[in-house]
Amino acid sequence: MSDYREMWEELGLDLQAHDGLLEVLPPLYQETILSQENRPEGMGYFDFVFSEIHGLRVKELVEHRAQGGVVVGTFCTYVPEELVIAAGGICVGLCAGAQVAEEAAEQYLPRNLCSLIKSSLGFKLAKVCPYIESCDLLVGETTCDGKKKYYEILGEFQPVHVMELPQRKDEVDRALWRSEVRRLARRLEELTGKRIESEPLREAIKVVNEKRRALLRLAELRKSDPPVISGRDALLINQIAFYDDPKRLAEKVNALCDELVERREKGIFIGGSHRPRVLLSGCPMAIPNWKLPAIIENSGALVAMDEMCTGIRYFRHLVSEEATDLDGMLDAIADRYLRIDCAVFTPNRERLEHIKELVRDYSIDAVVYYALQFCDPYTVEAFRVRQELEKDGIPFLYLETDYSAEDVGQLTTRVQALIEMLETKSGSS
Amino acid sequence: MKVAGLDIGSRTIALVEMDDGTVSFSEVVDTTFDPLEQCRRLLKDRDFDLLVATGYGRHLAQANFAHQVITEIKAFALGCHHIFPECRTILDIGGQDTKAISVSPDGRVVDFQMNDRCAAGTGKFLEVMASALGLSLQEMGEVAMGAEGEVKISSMCTVFAESEVTGLIARGTPRPLIARGLHEAICDRAASLLKRVGVARELVFAGGVARNPCMRHLLEERLGMPLLIPENPQIVGALGAALSARDSD
Ligand code: SF4
Ligand code: SF4
Repeated sequence: MSDYREMWEELGLDLQAHDGLLEVLPPLYQETILSQENRPEGMGYFDFVFSEIHGLRVKELVEHRAQGGVVVGTFCTYVPEELVIAAGGICVGLCAGAQVAEEAAEQYLPRNLCSLIKSSLGFKLAKVCPYIESCDLLVGETTCDGKKKYYEILGEFQPVHVMELPQRKDEVDRALWRSEVRRLARRLEELTGKRIESEPLREAIKVVNEKRRALLRLAELRKSDPPVISGRDALLINQIAFYDDPKRLAEKVNALCDELVERREKGIFIGGSHRPRVLLSGCPMAIPNWKLPAIIENSGALVAMDEMCTGIRYFRHLVSEEATDLDGMLDAIADRYLRIDCAVFTPNRERLEHIKELVRDYSIDAVVYYALQFCDPYTVEAFRVRQELEKDGIPFLYLETDYSAEDVGQLTTRVQALIEMLETKSGSS
Repeated sequence: MKVAGLDIGSRTIALVEMDDGTVSFSEVVDTTFDPLEQCRRLLKDRDFDLLVATGYGRHLAQANFAHQVITEIKAFALGCHHIFPECRTILDIGGQDTKAISVSPDGRVVDFQMNDRCAAGTGKFLEVMASALGLSLQEMGEVAMGAEGEVKISSMCTVFAESEVTGLIARGTPRPLIARGLHEAICDRAASLLKRVGVARELVFAGGVARNPCMRHLLEERLGMPLLIPENPQIVGALGAALSARDSD
């Protein structure tokens, strides 16, 4: 990737620190992703995109900006990508999934804050993320307290627009959110100097819906038992969906799905053990956070579905394509995003129902709850999820962790004990 | 048929050998900084049809000589159930972690809980506190047992609790009261872990800390039931692994 050095330098990256980061990725990728047996060929595209994570895609962003386009960075699935696209921009998810410059970040942030937020600032301070450095605007949102207050600090480095996300789903909340969607549209118009028109917005809605439909199709294929794709590969695709070109991504996901259908018909399944089937539920897992899925799958189970923002929560709902005018489209967008069932909402009954639905639809044997340490919304909501699943007799394993690797042994023991428990339950010993 | 179970824990390594279903040999050694070498010494000149490893070092063993591995959770369930067939709940306070396990009448794991990653409430915690009090582990257990009253230790974090203890000593608080308070704190922790899996009789108390009489006494009082304690609590995991080897054939 040496020919990108100039580009990285122009983006203001700290080349030495950046080299260090790029050095750890390939071995980790080899160990966690590439070493899996019998992967479908269609994964080749995603392997390529990952290998070019700070290369080709960043180059596309740079070229897009050179032609007058804007790049907008987001940290949460509540920020409507459609608006950015309709404004002629590119939207990239900036969630950070590795521990970077933690000490530097702790000069700004308290120690007891979730890894996602801390490492997000770490990436910024260490100047190792070409994506955030390519952004003309960052869009935050008032989800959890940690992020909300973090955006104030982030605003000292780069322009940040914060959307006010309500925490309930009543009519007043909907009215607020609809107006917040419009406020973001205006901010984007100021940024580009152009109005967001209804035709490009209609097109943008279609493009993003197509991406979601493709990901939904893949999700549907994960019901297959024996499985046609591993949880790790599915997670990787979801993670890439946050920053890749949406049209191209949809195309590649669909091509992969075609292959998976064909393989299933021929009786070709992925390597390794296929049982038990686990539902991962909880906080998002940003690239390259594959720690828990790797532990689960290396222990012989399958992550059959992820109830996370880097899973089905990201693409489950479509924006209605019925609206004819701009106002109607903006409302349809707002309404779609308000349906997301993040734990920052109260009450959040939808999430409990959805988890139970996934357990049924994906023939789930156990739910593994993934909570980032210090994440109040998800650690607290775990209680209700457990309670709900216990009623149905679904085994539930709660794991609280962060981005460090020091607890891998302990996590492995718990996951393996869960698997042993399920195996004896189903008769074999 | 000759089988063996090897439990590679953070402090000790235990080997249990079974010949046609009965225990024929057992030995416990310290883990040291070279667990693999310790295992090799334990296994030297011994031959088994099947060797099952458990404990935090089980994967190391599998990479080198063990035929199969099981987690310490399953191993404890099998081992405790073998010694006490009426066992339904297990509390294991080991060097690095604390586990509560609920088992079915036939010895299967039904549910389990483990402490979080830190050493709060484990054997390690007691060790650190004993040295802060200038006592050996055994002495600390004894003075705690004899204490008339206790002071409340509010912190369960090993680092914070240590400074709390130092502060109490500086204020002239008698050591027996502090020692008692520390035992109470661990007892609270263990009881809440147990409640999460449900406490059903009989309750077996295993792991190194089970040899501490004060802890036993406090737990029995707190839970309102007698505890069953294996004669040699340190080999329960290895016994479970050996049983798993015996049964997998
Ligand atoms: S978990 Fe909640 S706050 Fe985090 S990205 Fe998802 S929706 Fe946003
Ligand atoms: S993981 Fe939890 S604490 Fe962290 S940013 Fe997301 S909602 Fe906030």
